[in-house]
Amino acid sequence: MAFLTDRKRATGMGSAKTGTHHHWQMMVTSVALLVLTPLFIFTFGSILGSSYEEVIAYYQRPFPAVVAILTLLVGFFHYRLGVQTLIEDYVHGFARKAAIICMICVSYAAAAFAIFAIIRIAL
Amino acid sequence: MADVNRGNRPLSPHLTIYRPQWTSMSSILVRITGNALIVAALMIVWWFVAAAAGPEAFATANGFVTSWFGDLVMTLSVLGLWYHLLGGLRHLVWDSGRMLDVDKSELAAQMMMVLSVLLTIFTVIVV
Repeated sequence: MAFLTDRKRATGMGSAKTGTHHHWQMMVTSVALLVLTPLFIFTFGSILGSSYEEVIAYYQRPFPAVVAILTLLVGFFHYRLGVQTLIEDYVHGFARKAAIICMICVSYAAAAFAIFAIIRIAL
Repeated sequence: MADVNRGNRPLSPHLTIYRPQWTSMSSILVRITGNALIVAALMIVWWFVAAAAGPEAFATANGFVTSWFGDLVMTLSVLGLWYHLLGGLRHLVWDSGRMLDVDKSELAAQMMMVLSVLLTIFTVIVV
Protein backbone atom coordinates (compact mmCIF):
# COMPACT_ATOMS: atom_id res chain seq x y z
CA MET A 1 0.00 0.00 0.00
CA ALA A 2 2.83 2.38 0.85
CA PHE A 3 4.15 2.10 -2.73
CA LEU A 4 0.88 3.22 -4.35
CA THR A 5 0.65 6.81 -5.51
CA ASP A 6 -2.45 8.88 -4.67
CA ARG A 7 -3.46 8.78 -8.34
CA LYS A 8 -3.17 4.98 -8.45
CA ARG A 9 -5.21 4.67 -5.26
CA ALA A 10 -8.09 6.68 -6.77
CA THR A 11 -8.09 5.39 -10.36
CA GLY A 12 -11.01 3.13 -11.25
CA MET A 13 -12.95 3.77 -8.05
CA GLY A 14 -15.48 6.06 -9.73
CA SER A 15 -17.50 8.73 -7.97
CA ALA A 16 -19.62 8.16 -4.88
CA LYS A 17 -22.61 8.24 -7.29
CA THR A 18 -25.36 8.83 -4.75
CA GLY A 19 -24.61 12.29 -3.37
CA THR A 20 -26.86 14.28 -5.70
CA HIS A 21 -29.80 11.94 -5.10
CA HIS A 22 -29.67 12.71 -1.36
CA HIS A 23 -29.63 16.43 -2.12
CA TRP A 24 -32.48 16.15 -4.63
CA GLN A 25 -34.65 14.23 -2.16
CA MET A 26 -33.87 16.91 0.44
CA MET A 27 -35.01 19.63 -2.01
CA VAL A 28 -38.24 17.83 -2.92
CA THR A 29 -39.19 17.14 0.71
CA SER A 30 -38.26 20.74 1.69
CA VAL A 31 -40.62 22.20 -0.89
CA ALA A 32 -43.41 19.82 0.16
CA LEU A 33 -42.88 20.69 3.82
CA LEU A 34 -42.96 24.43 3.08
CA VAL A 35 -46.67 23.88 2.37
CA LEU A 36 -47.39 21.01 4.76
CA THR A 37 -45.86 22.26 8.02
CA PRO A 38 -47.85 25.54 8.24
CA LEU A 39 -51.04 23.56 7.47
CA PHE A 40 -50.12 21.03 10.16
CA ILE A 41 -49.18 23.68 12.75
CA PHE A 42 -52.56 25.37 12.44
CA THR A 43 -54.73 22.21 12.14
CA PHE A 44 -52.96 20.23 14.87
CA GLY A 45 -52.50 23.32 17.02
CA SER A 46 -56.19 24.22 16.88
CA ILE A 47 -57.34 20.79 18.13
CA LEU A 48 -54.56 20.17 20.68
CA GLY A 49 -56.01 20.65 24.16
CA SER A 50 -59.53 19.55 23.17
CA SER A 51 -61.38 16.54 24.58
CA TYR A 52 -60.98 12.96 23.32
CA GLU A 53 -64.32 13.04 21.47
CA GLU A 54 -63.51 16.36 19.75
CA VAL A 55 -60.06 15.09 18.68
CA ILE A 56 -61.50 11.87 17.21
CA ALA A 57 -64.25 13.78 15.38
CA TYR A 58 -61.72 16.31 14.05
CA TYR A 59 -59.36 13.66 12.65
CA GLN A 60 -62.25 11.81 11.00
CA ARG A 61 -62.46 14.76 8.62
CA PRO A 62 -60.38 14.20 5.45
CA PHE A 63 -58.41 17.44 5.34
CA PRO A 64 -56.84 17.47 8.84
CA ALA A 65 -56.19 13.71 8.63
CA VAL A 66 -54.47 13.87 5.23
CA VAL A 67 -52.44 16.94 6.27
CA ALA A 68 -51.26 15.08 9.39
CA ILE A 69 -50.43 11.89 7.46
CA LEU A 70 -48.50 13.73 4.74
CA THR A 71 -46.66 16.01 7.18
CA LEU A 72 -45.50 13.14 9.39
CA LEU A 73 -44.65 10.87 6.41
CA VAL A 74 -42.67 13.49 4.48
CA GLY A 75 -41.35 15.04 7.71
CA PHE A 76 -39.88 11.79 9.03
CA PHE A 77 -38.39 11.01 5.60
CA HIS A 78 -36.81 14.50 5.58
CA TYR A 79 -35.57 13.89 9.13
CA ARG A 80 -34.10 10.52 8.13
CA LEU A 81 -32.00 12.28 5.45
CA GLY A 82 -31.05 15.22 7.68
CA VAL A 83 -30.01 13.19 10.70
CA GLN A 84 -27.85 11.02 8.41
CA THR A 85 -25.91 14.14 7.39
CA LEU A 86 -25.56 15.13 11.06
CA ILE A 87 -24.22 11.68 12.02
CA GLU A 88 -21.84 11.60 9.04
CA ASP A 89 -20.32 14.90 10.20
CA TYR A 90 -19.77 14.06 13.87
CA VAL A 91 -19.66 10.27 14.34
CA HIS A 92 -16.90 8.08 12.92
CA GLY A 93 -16.11 4.42 12.31
CA PHE A 94 -18.47 1.63 13.31
CA ALA A 95 -20.54 3.93 15.53
CA ARG A 96 -21.41 5.99 12.44
CA LYS A 97 -22.97 3.05 10.60
CA ALA A 98 -24.74 1.88 13.75
CA ALA A 99 -26.16 5.35 14.45
CA ILE A 100 -27.31 5.90 10.85
CA ILE A 101 -29.07 2.50 10.71
CA CYS A 102 -30.62 3.12 14.13
CA MET A 103 -31.98 6.57 13.19
CA ILE A 104 -33.31 5.36 9.81
CA CYS A 105 -35.22 2.63 11.65
CA VAL A 106 -36.51 5.12 14.25
CA SER A 107 -37.68 7.49 11.48
CA TYR A 108 -39.60 4.87 9.50
CA ALA A 109 -41.03 3.29 12.66
CA ALA A 110 -42.29 6.66 13.92
CA ALA A 111 -43.84 7.44 10.52
CA ALA A 112 -45.51 4.00 10.42
CA PHE A 113 -46.96 4.38 13.93
CA ALA A 114 -48.25 7.87 13.15
CA ILE A 115 -49.87 6.89 9.84
CA PHE A 116 -51.43 3.72 11.28
CA ALA A 117 -52.84 5.69 14.21
CA ILE A 118 -54.29 8.52 12.07
CA ILE A 119 -55.88 6.07 9.60
CA ARG A 120 -57.36 4.12 12.50
CA ILE A 121 -58.83 7.31 13.98
CA ALA A 122 -60.14 8.44 10.61
CA LEU A 123 -61.84 5.16 9.60
CA MET B 1 3.18 11.73 -2.75
CA ALA B 2 2.60 8.18 -1.57
CA ASP B 3 4.65 8.55 1.61
CA VAL B 4 3.08 11.87 2.59
CA ASN B 5 2.21 12.15 6.29
CA ARG B 6 -1.57 11.68 6.47
CA GLY B 7 -2.23 11.41 10.16
CA ASN B 8 -0.48 14.34 11.77
CA ARG B 9 -1.05 17.40 9.62
CA PRO B 10 -1.84 20.76 11.24
CA LEU B 11 -5.57 21.43 11.54
CA SER B 12 -7.11 24.61 10.19
CA PRO B 13 -8.33 27.11 12.81
CA HIS B 14 -11.61 25.77 14.10
CA LEU B 15 -14.86 26.93 15.67
CA THR B 16 -13.45 27.86 19.08
CA ILE B 17 -11.24 30.68 17.80
CA TYR B 18 -13.73 32.19 15.36
CA ARG B 19 -15.77 35.25 16.22
CA PRO B 20 -19.46 34.30 15.78
CA GLN B 21 -20.80 35.39 12.38
CA TRP B 22 -24.40 35.73 11.18
CA THR B 23 -23.71 33.22 8.42
CA SER B 24 -22.16 30.47 10.56
CA MET B 25 -24.50 30.90 13.54
CA SER B 26 -27.68 30.93 11.42
CA SER B 27 -26.48 27.80 9.59
CA ILE B 28 -25.65 25.90 12.80
CA LEU B 29 -29.05 26.87 14.23
CA VAL B 30 -30.79 25.32 11.19
CA ARG B 31 -29.08 22.03 11.99
CA ILE B 32 -29.80 22.23 15.73
CA THR B 33 -33.48 23.12 15.27
CA GLY B 34 -34.02 20.45 12.60
CA ASN B 35 -32.60 17.66 14.70
CA ALA B 36 -34.15 18.86 17.97
CA LEU B 37 -37.61 18.66 16.37
CA ILE B 38 -37.46 14.87 16.81
CA VAL B 39 -38.52 15.38 20.46
CA ALA B 40 -41.78 17.16 19.58
CA ALA B 41 -42.32 14.85 16.59
CA LEU B 42 -42.15 11.73 18.76
CA MET B 43 -44.48 13.37 21.32
CA ILE B 44 -47.00 14.05 18.51
CA VAL B 45 -46.71 10.44 17.27
CA TRP B 46 -47.34 9.21 20.83
CA TRP B 47 -50.38 11.54 21.03
CA PHE B 48 -51.86 10.13 17.78
CA VAL B 49 -51.17 6.50 18.75
CA ALA B 50 -52.79 7.11 22.15
CA ALA B 51 -55.82 8.73 20.50
CA ALA B 52 -56.15 5.64 18.26
CA ALA B 53 -55.76 3.31 21.26
CA GLY B 54 -58.63 4.76 23.32
CA PRO B 55 -59.75 7.34 25.90
CA GLU B 56 -57.52 6.15 28.79
CA ALA B 57 -54.31 6.11 26.74
CA PHE B 58 -55.30 9.47 25.21
CA ALA B 59 -55.80 11.01 28.66
CA THR B 60 -52.24 10.02 29.65
CA ALA B 61 -50.59 11.26 26.43
CA ASN B 62 -52.74 14.39 26.16
CA GLY B 63 -52.07 15.17 29.84
CA PHE B 64 -48.33 15.05 29.19
CA VAL B 65 -48.38 16.98 25.89
CA THR B 66 -50.60 19.75 27.34
CA SER B 67 -48.75 19.96 30.70
CA TRP B 68 -46.49 22.95 31.38
CA PHE B 69 -43.53 20.85 30.25
CA GLY B 70 -45.34 19.74 27.08
CA ASP B 71 -46.39 23.33 26.39
CA LEU B 72 -42.77 24.45 26.81
CA VAL B 73 -41.48 21.77 24.40
CA MET B 74 -44.26 22.52 21.87
CA THR B 75 -43.77 26.30 21.99
CA LEU B 76 -39.98 26.02 21.59
CA SER B 77 -40.55 23.48 18.80
CA VAL B 78 -42.88 25.87 16.96
CA LEU B 79 -40.09 28.46 17.13
CA GLY B 80 -37.59 25.82 15.95
CA LEU B 81 -39.93 24.67 13.19
CA TRP B 82 -40.53 28.18 11.80
CA TYR B 83 -36.80 28.92 11.99
CA HIS B 84 -35.91 25.62 10.27
CA LEU B 85 -38.57 26.24 7.60
CA LEU B 86 -37.11 29.69 6.84
CA GLY B 87 -33.62 28.15 6.83
CA GLY B 88 -34.81 25.56 4.30
CA LEU B 89 -36.32 28.32 2.21
CA ARG B 90 -32.94 30.10 2.26
CA HIS B 91 -31.27 26.86 1.10
CA LEU B 92 -33.72 26.61 -1.82
CA VAL B 93 -32.99 30.24 -2.75
CA TRP B 94 -29.24 29.53 -2.52
CA ASP B 95 -29.65 26.39 -4.67
CA SER B 96 -31.20 28.56 -7.39
CA GLY B 97 -27.98 30.63 -7.36
CA ARG B 98 -29.49 33.69 -5.66
CA MET B 99 -28.50 35.63 -2.52
CA LEU B 100 -25.08 34.00 -2.29
CA ASP B 101 -23.21 37.25 -1.47
CA VAL B 102 -22.12 37.60 2.16
CA ASP B 103 -24.19 40.74 2.82
CA LYS B 104 -27.37 39.22 1.37
CA SER B 105 -26.74 35.98 3.23
CA GLU B 106 -26.36 37.92 6.49
CA LEU B 107 -29.54 39.85 5.77
CA ALA B 108 -31.36 36.54 5.22
CA ALA B 109 -29.99 35.25 8.54
CA GLN B 110 -31.29 38.31 10.39
CA MET B 111 -34.67 38.02 8.66
CA MET B 112 -34.88 34.33 9.60
CA MET B 113 -34.39 35.17 13.28
CA VAL B 114 -36.87 38.07 13.33
CA LEU B 115 -39.51 36.30 11.21
CA SER B 116 -39.31 33.03 13.18
CA VAL B 117 -40.00 34.91 16.43
CA LEU B 118 -42.88 36.88 14.84
CA LEU B 119 -44.39 33.71 13.32
CA THR B 120 -44.10 31.96 16.68
CA ILE B 121 -45.92 34.81 18.45
CA PHE B 122 -48.57 34.72 15.70
CA THR B 123 -48.92 30.92 16.09
CA VAL B 124 -49.24 31.10 19.88
CA ILE B 125 -51.96 33.80 19.54
CA VAL B 126 -53.93 31.98 16.80
CA VAL B 127 -53.55 28.44 18.23
